Amino acid sequence: MPEQPIQLFAKQRTIYPRRVWGKYRKLKWVAMVVLLGIYYLTPWIRWDRGEYMPSQAILIDMPHRRAYFFGIEIWPQEVYYITGILILAAVGLFFVTSLLGRVWCGYACPQTVWTDLFIWVERIVQGDRNARKKLDESPWNFEKIRKKTLTHLIWLLIGLCTGGAWVFYFNDAPTLMDQILHADVPWSVGGWILGLTFSTYVMAGFAREQVCTYMCPYARFQSAMFDKDTLVISYDERRGEPRGKHKAGTGWENRGHCIDCDSCVVVCPMGIDIRNGLQMECIACGLCVDACNNVMDKIGLPHGLIRYDTAEAHDKGIASTFRFFRPRTFWYIGIMSAVGSLMLYSLLTRSPLEITVLHDRNPIFVTLSDGDIRNGYNISLINKDHTDRQYKLEIKGIDTRNIRVQASQDLSPDALNVFADSVGHFRVFLTAPKQAEARKHIEFIVTDTQNNIRESDSSIFVSERE
Amino acid sequence: MADPNTPKEKDTVTGVETTGHEWDGLKELNNPAPRWWLWVFFLCCIWAVGYWLVYPAWPTLNGNTQGSKHWTQYKKLADEQSEITARRGVYIEKIKTASLQDIQSDPELYAFAIAGGKTMFKENCAACHGTGAEGRPGYPNLNDDDWLWGGDLDAIYTTIKHGIRSTHAETRDSAMPAFGKDGILKAAEISSVADYVLSLSTHQGGTEEGATLFATNCASCHGNDGKGGRDFGAPNLADAIWLYGGDKASIVRQVNSPRHGVMPTWEARLPDTTIKQLAIYVHSLGGGEAAPAIMPAAAPTQPSAKEPAGR
Repeated sequence: MPEQPIQLFAKQRTIYPRRVWGKYRKLKWVAMVVLLGIYYLTPWIRWDRGEYMPSQAILIDMPHRRAYFFGIEIWPQEVYYITGILILAAVGLFFVTSLLGRVWCGYACPQTVWTDLFIWVERIVQGDRNARKKLDESPWNFEKIRKKTLTHLIWLLIGLCTGGAWVFYFNDAPTLMDQILHADVPWSVGGWILGLTFSTYVMAGFAREQVCTYMCPYARFQSAMFDKDTLVISYDERRGEPRGKHKAGTGWENRGHCIDCDSCVVVCPMGIDIRNGLQMECIACGLCVDACNNVMDKIGLPHGLIRYDTAEAHDKGIASTFRFFRPRTFWYIGIMSAVGSLMLYSLLTRSPLEITVLHDRNPIFVTLSDGDIRNGYNISLINKDHTDRQYKLEIKGIDTRNIRVQASQDLSPDALNVFADSVGHFRVFLTAPKQAEARKHIEFIVTDTQNNIRESDSSIFVSERE
Repeated sequence: MADPNTPKEKDTVTGVETTGHEWDGLKELNNPAPRWWLWVFFLCCIWAVGYWLVYPAWPTLNGNTQGSKHWTQYKKLADEQSEITARRGVYIEKIKTASLQDIQSDPELYAFAIAGGKTMFKENCAACHGTGAEGRPGYPNLNDDDWLWGGDLDAIYTTIKHGIRSTHAETRDSAMPAFGKDGILKAAEISSVADYVLSLSTHQGGTEEGATLFATNCASCHGNDGKGGRDFGAPNLADAIWLYGGDKASIVRQVNSPRHGVMPTWEARLPDTTIKQLAIYVHSLGGGEAAPAIMPAAAPTQPSAKEPAGR
């Protein structure tokens, strides 16, 4: 019988990252300020679209089925732009990963940013690594309760701001702010605020590195994008080993430069030892590089025992070999420019007018008393302009005896009015002699005579059962 | 069955007690349930108690506990339905007092009437006239431009309200004599008149004899030119539309022993507002005629079909 029973599950280990200074830490602060700034301030940017239109630069208007992005307006049938953006984002992530490894995780991922913010709060209230550790191990007393409560309150407040900022993207920010201050918000808004408050609190406060290690799919497949030229954070084993404690004044002959001070381990927010090589948990945030460089400064050795470098350089023991241009680079840039130019093209050639024609199915045709055949259609004219427009409707491909357009009354096909920024629905009846073909292909052409914009949609004229 | 007196067996690998259950040599470890799971379970228990208090829950001898909110799905449904009725009521009130022409010229009211008419048509009329009002032999197609009793808004409204050959006192009524069955015409004469009737629309065939027979027997209702008459609901025999079939055999059968369609009166079954909506809907199907008196001289000015951005 073994003395030590096998542990089937790893227990969650609390990580107390120590404070660190250095250029990557600075970069992280800058990234956090910039990203949070974008997140919190964007909904407050104004954009004048004229009367009755929302004046918010970026707005996803769910009830009215519109999305606004500065001068661009997305209607529901144009959500493929979102697909495009998602493809760009995914390929962009692959691109950056292939070049710089997991830097997205280290600097830009919301999970990292908010966790970093929460750790900062922890440090401000409870002190640095050792103080936090001691506080956790100490029995409950007034001081502990005070510090813990304060931490959680600030966490919840940050969570509240996170959820609070989210809803501004879906409503006019100043109006909604006023409503929130008066506690007069719809359930949907309150629900999102509460939900995001809670998820921020749980994810950044408690789950932290567990999210990256166990929940995030990207962590699992990012290594597929790595190659020998990818910059990863790594420990220079040739230079560092054999490691050991170092006494001041002694030489560096016959030993490595790593003095086994564990600085790189205690600052790591993922709680790993980078000296064990590339690990799935490593989010490439560079804090261990900062910590190690600070130590190297103290003992008078050059920087870079732990550094961003390529596998190639480490394997061959040569100076950094980073190459930006590799076949991969061109592939990713190629895909991104293809998708990007497709989106740009469709955006630039986007018409402010759209026509959709739907042929009646029941009945598919009607025989009139003089023997002529009549077909019915429902047409929708989408006016994306911010002014009322008048359109002219023509039918190509058939000699019609009569084009009748009916809304609440009969209208002239030469003058169909559709109000600004809305969809006009019209019934169209085409009357023609019985055709030689049972099903004749015809075309509905609509013209905006003022701006000379033409759009068309094809349909059929049916004159007998097939 | 494990004997409670014998000590529990310990698993050699993990050092955890087993439950004593064994399946094909596999033994279940007696690990405690995960703590998070237990907490969720306890929270659910507490939640359940709150639920019992707030919502209807436990059966009692006379019904069930009501819950503090007295909330039921029936009540929720009733509330929602009354909200719909209230919202609809605004339009229904307007339709009550408005004339059919008023409804037609008010785009918002018109859209409401069409939507309601379409639904009520499927519920009440589609059984005979078809879901698209396309009709079938014996049941008129309401999409076309051929109307037995008139196709303007008021005529359609009257037909729906009073019915055709219905039980209503003011019903529209007419009957064609059974020329063959009652011995008014001989078989040969019926064949001859049928040929003439066919020739009215095909412009070929037909004899002098047929024309004479038609003039003496049929023209009083169907007109000298066979174009029918709406006073009696007499069908137009010179057009391309046939209610009971347009081949010679069908015509002979109709002259010999005519069939007459019956449309029930809807006055007692549907509220007047619904009949108005139905009339508007049927009129909109494409065959609706303008009222004879107020024929607009030119194309009317634009009441646009607007979908407000706020919908």
